[in-house]
Amino acid sequence: MNRILIVAEHDGSRLNPAIAKCVTCARGIPDAEITVAVFAADPSAVAADAAAVAGVDRVVTVTHPIHANALAAAIAPQLTELAAAYTHVFGPSTTFGKDLMPRVAALLEAPQVSDLMAVESATRFRRPIYASNAITTVETVAGSKVVATIRIASFEAAGVSVAPAPIEATTVAALPATHTRFISVSSARSDRPDLQTAAKVVSGGRALASADNFGILFKLADKMGAAVGASRAAVDAGYAANDMQVGQTGKIIAPELYLAFGISGAIQHLTGIKDAKTIVAINKDPEAPIFEVADIGLVGDLFQVVPELERLLG
Amino acid sequence: MKRILVAIKRVVDYNVRIRVKPDGSGVITDGVKMSINPFDEIALEEALRLKEKGIVEEVLAVSIGPADCQQQLRTALAMGADRAILVQTDAVIEPLDAARIFRALCERESPLLAILGKQAIDDDCSQTGQMLAALWGRPQATFASKVEINGEVARVTREVDAGLETIEVDLPAVITTDLRLNEPRYVKLPDIMKAKKKPLDTLEPGALGVTPVERLKPVKFEPPPVRSKGVMVKDTQELIDALRRKGLA
Repeated sequence: MNRILIVAEHDGSRLNPAIAKCVTCARGIPDAEITVAVFAADPSAVAADAAAVAGVDRVVTVTHPIHANALAAAIAPQLTELAAAYTHVFGPSTTFGKDLMPRVAALLEAPQVSDLMAVESATRFRRPIYASNAITTVETVAGSKVVATIRIASFEAAGVSVAPAPIEATTVAALPATHTRFISVSSARSDRPDLQTAAKVVSGGRALASADNFGILFKLADKMGAAVGASRAAVDAGYAANDMQVGQTGKIIAPELYLAFGISGAIQHLTGIKDAKTIVAINKDPEAPIFEVADIGLVGDLFQVVPELERLLG
Repeated sequence: MKRILVAIKRVVDYNVRIRVKPDGSGVITDGVKMSINPFDEIALEEALRLKEKGIVEEVLAVSIGPADCQQQLRTALAMGADRAILVQTDAVIEPLDAARIFRALCERESPLLAILGKQAIDDDCSQTGQMLAALWGRPQATFASKVEINGEVARVTREVDAGLETIEVDLPAVITTDLRLNEPRYVKLPDIMKAKKKPLDTLEPGALGVTPVERLKPVKFEPPPVRSKGVMVKDTQELIDALRRKGLA
């Protein structure tokens, strides 16, 4: 029996959709029993979400006021204590999971498989290295717990369960560290779909030439029901917010459709979009490397194509 | 003396196109250009700026790996680090052992901050800083885009999926750097000459009580799957037709 503990990422009221993908990954491990752990100030809504994910056998909750905001230093000692009864401890390869899981792995003296993209057995996994220019298969040594961050672009979300899993409140002896304090978070909240889970993404590069010009992509995205992304060059230039960055060091996404406007296609950007089902590239430069990976390419001026698309899609 | 410890990893330069060895035993690193991991350069730059603001007196650059890592440490000294330590080993060092080595050095050197890159661009693990913080029993502020030191605490803005998060951590602490924290300075020729006189000590992991252990065995390496060649369309109308055929518009 492989006992798998998945730590829930959430915003206090909803379970992050990345967790349903971690569950799919965990179900790929033979003879798996899956538990989702929710650390929250008030876990009830998030626990109910987690209990409804198909494949989840059990949800455990740890309630503490410090968990009103997710802090790795607060969660890690408690998650480590819970992990004693499990063979595998998984988190999503989001900034939440990337921050937390290595801290847990170190406390467990266990190796971590970062960006786990495929399960070959309970101890053998595949993961990308060198900005996804190589894939390595790794095997954990016998007797070791396996800690992993799950590359969510590699897995479909598990569906909704007909019979929700049981939810158990639990207590742990380990106290959350208090040397780390949450101050604030600023995010451009919008009604647009979330970049990491959107089915369609419209993305812009340095060729947009200004933050104002990004407005034309937002208009097109709203018409298509798409999220908006950006290349590192566009973010570095200040045309787009940091949370819009797609690529090796930004978000790695797998939408049905990715529309790249004025993005040249640097290796680190392509890393972030390799799992998109259909990549469309619009670029003035016919030699742009993005055309090598595009399913549909159009050599043209984005300032002409974007308004035309918006009109013709009407 | 107040100091900052900075981790410097020797990696294949980011401009090199990586190729997997035909027998799948690794990637080709013979004869390719090696550099400081770009995120570690940002870590060093931040440490140097904190020294220039008078917050610390010394910047200590540490690398772990073969003798050739001295090249990257010399570059770090030329950028402005005051001294360097190479923990020399030809063994493969997994993040947990790297963290153990840094922990031992943190206990010996008692830095105000340990600053590391948020990930190395070779294995893309993004683990060592967080593991160091756990083993050292100190706070971590990962993916930093802004760092302010106020007495006994650091206020750090972090690049997170939702946007920008600000946290406050008690010192000493571990910080890992994101891309937009700063732009590293260029090394000037006279500084390269001066760096040759700066101290660079070498010691073995065993001297820090660490024996590297293999916990994750690499089984094989493969090139990534190649996407099949797409089609080119002439104008926006053709693009929409192509999208409609795929049911995407």
